[in-house]
Amino acid sequence: MLQYDLVIIGGGPAGLSAADSAREMGIKSILILERDNKLGGILNQCIHTGFGLHTFKEELTGPEYAARYIDKIQEKEIEYKVSAMVINITRDKQVTVMEKGAGLITIQAKAIILAMGCRERPRGALNIPGYRPAGIYSAGTAQYFVNIEGVMPGKEIVILGSGDIGLIMARRLTLEGADVKCVAEIMPKSGGLRRNIVQCLEDFDIPLKLSHTVTYIHGKERIEGVTLSKVDENLEPVSGTEEFIPCDTLLLSVGLIPENELSKKLGLSMDERTKGPVVTKEMETMLSGVFACGNVVHVHDLADNVSKEAKKAGISAARYILEEKI
Amino acid sequence: MIERKELTCIKCPRGCGILVETEQGRIVSISGNQCKNGKEYAKKEATNPTRVLTTTVKVLFGTEKVAAVKSKGEIPKEKLLPAMEQIKEVQVEAPVILGEIILEDLCGTGIPLVAAACVARKRLP
Ligand SMILES: Cc1cc2nc3c(=O)[nH]c(=O)nc-3n(C[C@H](O)[C@H](O)[C@H](O)COP(=O)(O)OP(=O)(O)OC[C@H]3O[C@@H](n4cnc5c(N)ncnc54)[C@H](O)[C@@H]3O)c2cc1C
Ligand code: SF4
Repeated sequence: MLQYDLVIIGGGPAGLSAADSAREMGIKSILILERDNKLGGILNQCIHTGFGLHTFKEELTGPEYAARYIDKIQEKEIEYKVSAMVINITRDKQVTVMEKGAGLITIQAKAIILAMGCRERPRGALNIPGYRPAGIYSAGTAQYFVNIEGVMPGKEIVILGSGDIGLIMARRLTLEGADVKCVAEIMPKSGGLRRNIVQCLEDFDIPLKLSHTVTYIHGKERIEGVTLSKVDENLEPVSGTEEFIPCDTLLLSVGLIPENELSKKLGLSMDERTKGPVVTKEMETMLSGVFACGNVVHVHDLADNVSKEAKKAGISAARYILEEKI
Repeated sequence: MIERKELTCIKCPRGCGILVETEQGRIVSISGNQCKNGKEYAKKEATNPTRVLTTTVKVLFGTEKVAAVKSKGEIPKEKLLPAMEQIKEVQVEAPVILGEIILEDLCGTGIPLVAAACVARKRLP
């Protein structure tokens, strides 16, 4: 069985920054496990600017921000595996990994840092009447299509939900030549940053329809349009306000939740509010020697804050390992 | 006649509301900003709004299909869509190195387009 002092699960900004600070504290034996084929996490698909203002005093794009940390990992010769998905962790800190080309491997760790990030809320959580035709995607999936695969999800787009990913995709798809009909938000106020409303919607005259939601999805094979309705203060659709909007694509930007399959398998106490594991100020979970940081703990707006929190987790894990040795 | 323009600063996530008053195109007052950057932004936004453009270009022989790119500096807002037309025609060959110049001049702005990510060359099987 492979043995490492510190095993970090997830190679996004949280995992990378935690590894960097644990090494600074003198931990030599570190392994980062990433299921994607490269390091960087969600930042690889966030090609817009707005990262690093606090950490680097510069406005970087997501991939540039990730590159700063990946460079540190390479300079410090910290070990990592990509295309390596962790499928189980036991309470005595054995980590089971499915590695492309190598199959199942087990690693014994002294300390573990959970840095698995978050995922989008499943679309099933949304109850919209109509068929389930092709052409409905989550905003993050569309972002992956366009920015990583280089393909467009469609030409005429309606976006439901005005979180930052939805706003950013409205601009991205417009730049690529799509006609973004509107962004509909059921609440009377957008959940996205004000700056994104200005530079993603207002710059391109994309209407933001507050207190509106999709009440019907038209089309059987492929989506042909949606019915948009105004909602009242109880978020109930107001009859008589229905409007048909033709489109070939509907993007759902309905929020993120921490990715905690593994944390649950480990039996960690979870925080009902954040949907992440309960952690101490030092970022230790309720299982001694297991730490967590980044979006796996709670969804962060800023990558800078993720890096800062991860640094703390890296330092705490290092202290735990060093104390064990004495 | 004094014209009043209400802006939202996009320089940082705080998103301050800024009031700019102009008289015949000349700025007479700026208020509401919480820092120097906000003042600079408001000045430009009221006279010549500019933005950083981020997008992707197609990559040949790369481990990735596209590479993230950005304008190395801000370009006038109305040049965003014309610049996209210009970028659409571009294909680069891997390897792509972060910071490498992809286009010397975006739409006559004098601002280059640079790579914002690295893409390795695909090894032959
Ligand atoms: C669309 C979008 C736009 C954003 N825009 C901004 C912005 O403008 N400015 C800003 O500062 N912040 C922004 N953020 C926030 C910031 O990008 C995130 O908060 C940050 O990337 C979170 O880092 P993380 O390392 O916790 O998670 P992630 O980046 O998601 O990394 C988690 C990693 O763990 C891996 N992983 C998960 N499970 C396993 C497993 N079982 N085994 C192995 N690996 C696993 C994943 O593949 C992933 O690479 C944005 C986020 C999103 C989603
Ligand atoms: S004025 Fe300063 S503090 Fe306010 S949003 Fe602009 S940059 Fe941020």
